[in-house]
Amino acid sequence: MEAAAQSDSPIIKKSFASSTFMRVAKYTGVRLVVLFVTVVVAIYLTILIANMGGYVDTMMRGEIQENIAQAVNTNPANRSMTPDQKRKIIEQLINLEIKRRGLDQPLVLRNARYLTNALTLNLGHAINMVSYSGSRTVRLILLERLPATLLLMGTAELFLFFSSLFLALSLSRQYGSFWDKFVIAMTPTSSAPGWFYGIFMILIFAAVLKIMPFGGLVSTPPPTNSVLFALSVLQHLALPAFSLFFSGFFLSIYGWRTFFLIYSSEDYVDMAKAKGLTSRDIERRYILRPTLPNIITNFALTLLGVWGGAIVTETIFLWPGLGRMFYEAIGLFDIPVIVGDTIIYAYLLAITVFLLEIIYALVDPRVKIGGGGSQS
Amino acid sequence: MNTLKNSFREILRYPSAIAGLVVVMFFVAVAVYAMISIPYSKAIALWRGGEEVWYANPKFAPPAWINYFRSQKLPVSFHVNSADGKMEKVVTPGSQNTATIKISHTFDFEADAYPQELMVYFTTTYQDKMPFASISLLTPDGREIRIADTGLGHQQNVRFSQQDRLINRYGGGQQQFVIQGLFSDPKAATPVPLKGKYQVVITGTTFEAGSDIDADFVFHGQVYGLAGTDMYRRDLMVALLWGTPIALSFGLLASLGISISTLIIAAIGAWYGGWVDELIQRITEVNLVLPFLPILIMIGTFFNRSIWTILGATILLSIFGGGIKAFRATFLQLRESMYIEAARAYGASNMRIIFNYMIPRMIPLLIPGLVSGVAGFVFLEATLAVLGLGDPTLPTWGKIINDADSNAALYRGYYYWILEPAVLLMATGLGFALLGFALDRIFNPRLRGM
Repeated sequence: MEAAAQSDSPIIKKSFASSTFMRVAKYTGVRLVVLFVTVVVAIYLTILIANMGGYVDTMMRGEIQENIAQAVNTNPANRSMTPDQKRKIIEQLINLEIKRRGLDQPLVLRNARYLTNALTLNLGHAINMVSYSGSRTVRLILLERLPATLLLMGTAELFLFFSSLFLALSLSRQYGSFWDKFVIAMTPTSSAPGWFYGIFMILIFAAVLKIMPFGGLVSTPPPTNSVLFALSVLQHLALPAFSLFFSGFFLSIYGWRTFFLIYSSEDYVDMAKAKGLTSRDIERRYILRPTLPNIITNFALTLLGVWGGAIVTETIFLWPGLGRMFYEAIGLFDIPVIVGDTIIYAYLLAITVFLLEIIYALVDPRVKIGGGGSQS
Repeated sequence: MNTLKNSFREILRYPSAIAGLVVVMFFVAVAVYAMISIPYSKAIALWRGGEEVWYANPKFAPPAWINYFRSQKLPVSFHVNSADGKMEKVVTPGSQNTATIKISHTFDFEADAYPQELMVYFTTTYQDKMPFASISLLTPDGREIRIADTGLGHQQNVRFSQQDRLINRYGGGQQQFVIQGLFSDPKAATPVPLKGKYQVVITGTTFEAGSDIDADFVFHGQVYGLAGTDMYRRDLMVALLWGTPIALSFGLLASLGISISTLIIAAIGAWYGGWVDELIQRITEVNLVLPFLPILIMIGTFFNRSIWTILGATILLSIFGGGIKAFRATFLQLRESMYIEAARAYGASNMRIIFNYMIPRMIPLLIPGLVSGVAGFVFLEATLAVLGLGDPTLPTWGKIINDADSNAALYRGYYYWILEPAVLLMATGLGFALLGFALDRIFNPRLRGM
């Protein structure tokens, strides 16, 4: 088609380009709307689950009561009042505030409001949780925990992704070798989650050998020297990151290996072999290139997995990340934090899926040309 | 039927499949044994029982078999009761309705460490006049140590380490040294346990006709039983045994429920097409946005921790997962095949085509994923329990790990407490995963060359 466009007049070429652009734009627009609706429905469901126990309401009422009582009691103008008078004023103000916030309205309307607050990322205030700096703003609490999670999950997931990808690529070239069989035999170990290996890591390296810390982010007291500080963090990072890495390792290699094997049996790979290309060239040009969309998808989902943190692994290693925060939030029934965390995950997922579709369109010529767009 | 037979013959050709099958069969046998030997209600009562059920066990005691791996042997816990005739009991009637009751028990003490505590629990019957008893301990070197002289109410217990006389004599005023003093070689310069035959002798006197004394001698060693004990003195064996049927049934039911409902929904979507298919696709996308574990944790925290609720939620959240797309793609191909067209030609109804022609075709593809999926759900149940969201009534493997973790078991060196459930979990997970992987190769010959 490209050749045809080149040989024809420039006008046709332009209209071809613009029609491609229009198609991609329309496709993008439709996908954007669909994804947004998906996020809205998912978040509404989350709110429904978190709200059905009535906890969100109880939390709001509690917050109002506390705030108003405090405001009235500490107001110097009210100092001369008797406690009875104060109580009356507090009660009136609370009723007013409940009305103002619409807590006397039916559940459907209120849920709609929670939904708009969540969608506009108006995350509000935590009930019980406090950030390290003493703030109750959910945004601050989340932001404070984010670096620890990024460090742990980023290290584990990126190592996992790249090491398994390249090991699998070389394994797929030596099908049936000892290491190939070894990986297949070890694959069932991935049925256990990261925290499970974490327990063994703590047992071996912290409890018995006593060469690694039991948990935490840095040693106490934290070293003042920034180099020592970094080393201490690295030492604390090693066990949880390795647990997460190991739990995914063999299954990930196995998955990629099988995937590459399927692509290695294509005719054009045999052709390349027959031409006498080096195996490095074959790997890069004839195996990696056509599998690029899948690799990108997996990479994006890997990055996405970083956000949620590893709830149990972080809890077991006392790692102050988002996963452990989520667990603490649940223990404290802190709905705003729970909903806030979930909503950001939903947004990130939707954005990732959307970006992936655009990247697909850029990377995969079949999608760009669009003619035989498959339904699925 | 023949294909099934062939498949089984095929399984025998894969050593990993045999290993997986053996492990799975073993755990099924353990599950059946657990349910028969400890009925459900008894297991719950035991697991939720307090001090009155478990008084005879020491706290935090590793299993007795660790002595085989230690040069320093630890004393094994036991308790004996005169009511079941495990203790020697001699009743000598005296004058004026009095009687002398001598209860004794001889035990070998060959450990290199001291026991935690010794106790005698008395159960007596009398009307007005309280019986009386004195307890003494005979050591291997022939000393007789007076432990206590006490009047006996209906329920009375005597802890050796709390006897003032012993605290002054052996403990130097401190309770924790009493037991060490009782079991030490008096001639040694540093305290060394004196090995040999000890005898505890209880001499009781009753003052009425029909009055009786029974004693329960409790020896809290440092190791106990086959599985050890936890912070409430509970025998971990109860939870290890009962965790098996719970883990297996949770894993199997979840995996089965999800696979079958996914299959049916994918078949319906692929067959009807149109808005039905579109709806299913959209629900799948919404479900992708919902974070699985967090939602499950929320359900467990806000609503109900019962294992059935969690099971239902797990299935509901997983039906519209990644599996549905794979099944749908295959069903779309299957829909165009000749035998379906033939069925349509003779007028088969939609439901007949879906349930009698399309779904049975996919069952071989379903089984491997179903089997290896069990492993994941067994671990999921443990994960929730480790987070403290296990079913409050049931003893499960995950709850043992949770108890151990919240008691800093690894930090304090109680490795058995975590290792026992962890090894069982790992074995179950590996068993199902191995079997599932092998089945995948058998049922999907396309993979066999790879």
